[in-house]
Amino acid sequence: MRVFLNERLNSSSASTASAWRGLLTLALLALPLLALPLLAPAQLRIEIVDGVEGAMPIAVVPFAWESEMPQPASGVADIVSANLRRSGLFEPMAQAQMVERPTRPPEVRFGTWRLLRVDHLIIGRVLDAPDGIGQEIEYHLLDVHSGRILLSQALPVAPGDLRFGAHRVSDAIYEALIGIPGAFATRIAYVVVTDIGGPDELFELVVADADGYNPQTVVRNTQPLLSPAWSPDGRRLAYVSFATGRSNVVVQDLFTGQTDIVSSSRGINGAPAWSPDGRRLAVSLSEGGSPDIWVLDLENGRRQQLTHHWSINTEPEWSTDGRRIFFTSDRAGRPQIHVMNADGSNLERVTFEGRFNARPSIGMEDRFLAVIHSDGNNDFRIAIYDRENERLRVLSNGRLDESPSFAPNGSMVLYAARENGRGVLAAVSADGRIRQRLVASEGDVREPAWSPIIR
Amino acid sequence: MKTALRFTALLMLVAFLAACARDVREEPTAPEPPPPPPPPVEVDRLDPRDFTDPRNLDNPDSLLNQRNVYFEFDRSNVRAQYMPIVEAHAAFIRANPSARVILEGHTDERGSREYNLGLGERRGTSVRDLMVGAGVPARQLEVVSFGEERPVCRESNEDCWQRNRRTTIVYTAR
Repeated sequence: MRVFLNERLNSSSASTASAWRGLLTLALLALPLLALPLLAPAQLRIEIVDGVEGAMPIAVVPFAWESEMPQPASGVADIVSANLRRSGLFEPMAQAQMVERPTRPPEVRFGTWRLLRVDHLIIGRVLDAPDGIGQEIEYHLLDVHSGRILLSQALPVAPGDLRFGAHRVSDAIYEALIGIPGAFATRIAYVVVTDIGGPDELFELVVADADGYNPQTVVRNTQPLLSPAWSPDGRRLAYVSFATGRSNVVVQDLFTGQTDIVSSSRGINGAPAWSPDGRRLAVSLSEGGSPDIWVLDLENGRRQQLTHHWSINTEPEWSTDGRRIFFTSDRAGRPQIHVMNADGSNLERVTFEGRFNARPSIGMEDRFLAVIHSDGNNDFRIAIYDRENERLRVLSNGRLDESPSFAPNGSMVLYAARENGRGVLAAVSADGRIRQRLVASEGDVREPAWSPIIR
Repeated sequence: MKTALRFTALLMLVAFLAACARDVREEPTAPEPPPPPPPPVEVDRLDPRDFTDPRNLDNPDSLLNQRNVYFEFDRSNVRAQYMPIVEAHAAFIRANPSARVILEGHTDERGSREYNLGLGERRGTSVRDLMVGAGVPARQLEVVSFGEERPVCRESNEDCWQRNRRTTIVYTAR
């Protein structure tokens, strides 16, 4: 990897070093998904419902195509521009308004871009990789007002992986300008149900890029599928399947397709959650008569029961450091979030506001818990509980919102909603200002899970 | 001797004629022979309150034909009006050791899916506990919770929600 200039962003070389490893992982990750012999499901289309007033004006100039490979329909600049717009924090300029189209820093006339009232400019080229395998995206982020180059990188891209390369470019630009890593080079998992209630009812667990592209079916079944959970390295999914007529917890490797039933005890086997080290799975099992939190060691098969209570104890979620587990329990009468040490000790209640708080998803290093919240009327909405100031804020406005899942950078919460009797996905920024809808052309979409940042 | 023969022959002729005359006269008025009485088993009418009889599982007039116990929101106690259904099935399963039953617990769509798995299981377990209390061997019963994943009604209103909050009694063997 070549780093050209690095005037202001000292952390850039460290992050680009890890990008190498990430790209290798991604190249491997893409292959088995493409190899799955299943029809691709309908693609999600992401629409922005609300953006931010005064989003940052930015211009992503079409990149020069200097590769021998055929040029794809969507260029890198199109993808980067769409990503930045979708974040709600940027207002990318339409390409038709770009009176100049520089592709290298010496070609940039900053005065032109100041007149066009953009703050930042992104230019670049797509080249064949020096070693002949794949391509390289060379790009520059420039500050129009100071005339300085904020970031320059040459990002290697595996053959056929240009879209994901464009997502990595978007992540680096987002981090340089916003101060936290982007979450564009990530994936989302979700469940699509077609012919709902009909004779051909089908449940499909789908994995797609975070912008909805490249949807791939991981597993399909006539019996319910729910609760997908990403392993920390983004290689595996745990989920609940009723394929046998009873609930089982399944782990599926996205590289190899290998599928293991890791829990099939009597009663409920549900709510899988990976420990941050990827070696253990917290689950909810009811073999003792009511659902309790257990931890399964995936390496040696050992099981440890953490809660011992007649109430419903489910939906475990590990803290970032893996030392605590948040979960839903109705031991106090109604479902509320509780937390305990990862060995079951020091159990305490976390939420008190409202009649119903469940399915916690952590964000921003455990500071925030996204939950399903109800204050006693019939509406169930997504709320964020801020553990630092112990305040709960309702973010969504549906009647049956559920299954919140934080983006790995904490910027957005993805969740399931109902719209005209149909399941759709929606996303809202952690501050509630930015809203998106993710709509499939057919089927009922539910149970979203945002992948970790894939390194 | 000759006269005796003639007399006998005459008697036979008279008897023959008399027989013929009787046959002709009696035939139209003779009553139909009564049909043989049917065997007693065939006249047995199905008693819808005989909860040991497998035919009542499919008899719309019998409580055994009802398979759903409905619940209030976020509750899992069996209400009084559903006790006769539970008791009828308990009597049947007790009397039919080969019967195997799955008690499917279901919820409405509100709340989280995994919590609803727990709530559905509670509803199935409530019915199971009542049946076991009524003398049903636990090995004949299994509780499987589907939570909100298998609704019978798909609209978001209280009518639908009420129909979805249920334990369904499913016979896998009779």
